[in-house]
Amino acid sequence: MPTRIATTAFDPEKEIAAFRGARTDVGALATFVGYCRDATRGAEVHILELEHYPEFTEAEIARLASEAKARHVLLDLLVVHRVGVLHPGEPIVLVSALAAHRAPAFAAVGELMDYLKTDAPFWKRENGPDGARWIEPTAEDRARRARLQD
Amino acid sequence: MTLTLLFFGKLRDAAACSTMQLDASETFATVDALIGWLSHRDATLGEALATPGARVAVDKQFADRTTSLSGAREVAFMAPLSGG
Repeated sequence: MPTRIATTAFDPEKEIAAFRGARTDVGALATFVGYCRDATRGAEVHILELEHYPEFTEAEIARLASEAKARHVLLDLLVVHRVGVLHPGEPIVLVSALAAHRAPAFAAVGELMDYLKTDAPFWKRENGPDGARWIEPTAEDRARRARLQD
Repeated sequence: MTLTLLFFGKLRDAAACSTMQLDASETFATVDALIGWLSHRDATLGEALATPGARVAVDKQFADRTTSLSGAREVAFMAPLSGG
């Protein structure tokens, strides 16, 4: 169940192709890719800095993925998450699930993203024309996370 | 034995550093005692550490204010987590 932090740009298409490989037991592959945008609520973004806590962050990502895999009938689950300096248009995160059937694949990807948004130890700082500001989970992120608590 | 403090996200701004080394002369029974000591030295940092959603880890395990610091080597103060 591969999970990793990437310190340089990754190619989502190549990751997904390598992940599925030549498996013939896969009936469904569902993927989410999150990208660095060029603006947040009208404020321009020039670069996004993503910080993590080495070893701790990797362990938490692995734990969140492992728990997602235990909740759904999956063949495998992949998480790749960037750290460092990103520019608009670059992928930040990829979550991909392989399953025999589509329902668990869709569910696991969406659910794991909801967990990553509030429970993954990363810290983001957007840099724009007016300086830098720290990014925190939105009310939407928190609401989605709260719905997972049961 | 030194205790290393790490600050992540906006807590790093409040601490004005990403890492702080405390020597063996400073010992704390719990995370709460350490936070109290930090707040006493710097009220602004103390306020920042109380930010809703801020998290603490001791030796790379999530902790809370009641967690013992006996034998601890590293305490990380984390601003609200924001991945994805």
